[in-house]
Amino acid sequence: MHELALSQGIIDVIREQAAVQGFTRVKTVRLVIGTLSHVEPEAIEFGFDAVSRGTIAEGATLAIERPPGEAFCLSCEKPVPLAERFDPCPDCGGHQLVVTGGEELRVKELEVE
Amino acid sequence: MSQTRLVAIEQDILAKNDSFAAVNRQLFAAKGVFVLNLMSSPGSGKTTLLTRTLTDLKGRFPVAVIEGDQQTSFDADRIRATGTPAIQVNTGKGCHLDAQMVTQAVGRLPVADESVLFIENVGNLVCPAGFDLGEAHKVVVLSVTEGEDKPLKYPAMFASADLLIVNKVDLLPHLTFDVARMIDYARRLKPSLEVIELSATGGQGLDRWYAWIEAGLAKAKGARKG
Repeated sequence: MHELALSQGIIDVIREQAAVQGFTRVKTVRLVIGTLSHVEPEAIEFGFDAVSRGTIAEGATLAIERPPGEAFCLSCEKPVPLAERFDPCPDCGGHQLVVTGGEELRVKELEVE
Repeated sequence: MSQTRLVAIEQDILAKNDSFAAVNRQLFAAKGVFVLNLMSSPGSGKTTLLTRTLTDLKGRFPVAVIEGDQQTSFDADRIRATGTPAIQVNTGKGCHLDAQMVTQAVGRLPVADESVLFIENVGNLVCPAGFDLGEAHKVVVLSVTEGEDKPLKYPAMFASADLLIVNKVDLLPHLTFDVARMIDYARRLKPSLEVIELSATGGQGLDRWYAWIEAGLAKAKGARKG
């Protein structure tokens, strides 16, 4: 359950930003969690619900974007889609792939008051 | 009624961890310390490999160990019994070490200049993969008494590692474990993954592991001198 630690990371980001940008309540948190990242969105929802209690983000809605996996195939010398980390290149069937997208783990924006 | 507005953030969730990892990496570079983050399932023989390594390499260069476990100081006790300075970090309910824990541990541990620091992570193939500790390399240990499909089951772990240690190979005659297939699975995730097959109790393959460590330390020392 490292999602609990990550949820705490989201709260830390919100706290810092609240001080800088002067808001007192968060209504929506927009996250980007790539489909190849090591994070389950459901577990983040659960963890966030727990760690946001008593903070300015208590009760906030999580809106989670899931960018798809992408890789660059060194054999084909071109970008290819990648549904799972261990999938082969859809064109050449090889595994000389460098992951270029889908590992995102980011707080994108907040809807605040 | 206050007004609702949108605030752009675009900040990595792991930003805090990564900033501590950067501090650690800077400190290690300045001191010429070669740092390895050892990760595996519980029961892969990580601590046995480590105690054997510390005993065999004794006197060649200074070594220190950070031991991560949810509870107990049993592992740090085993390490200290080899005469190596070790500190136990109990993560409590946490399932992994994070960079800040390492920063704090390093402050309490004598880490010599031009030394090797082993960080033994919590036995877990999932959570530790996501947390940069400031190490030079992540090393994953998999023993042949486990399933050979583990790389595909825990892809983030194997994709994040630079070295795969296949442990307990002395037991292979009694098992159906297909080493070549497991390595093939792991390299699907990380084509450049290095592999060392060894037995921490039987001793075979340890020379290659020790040579790999010494090469890494030489590089850390060289980078320090610039």
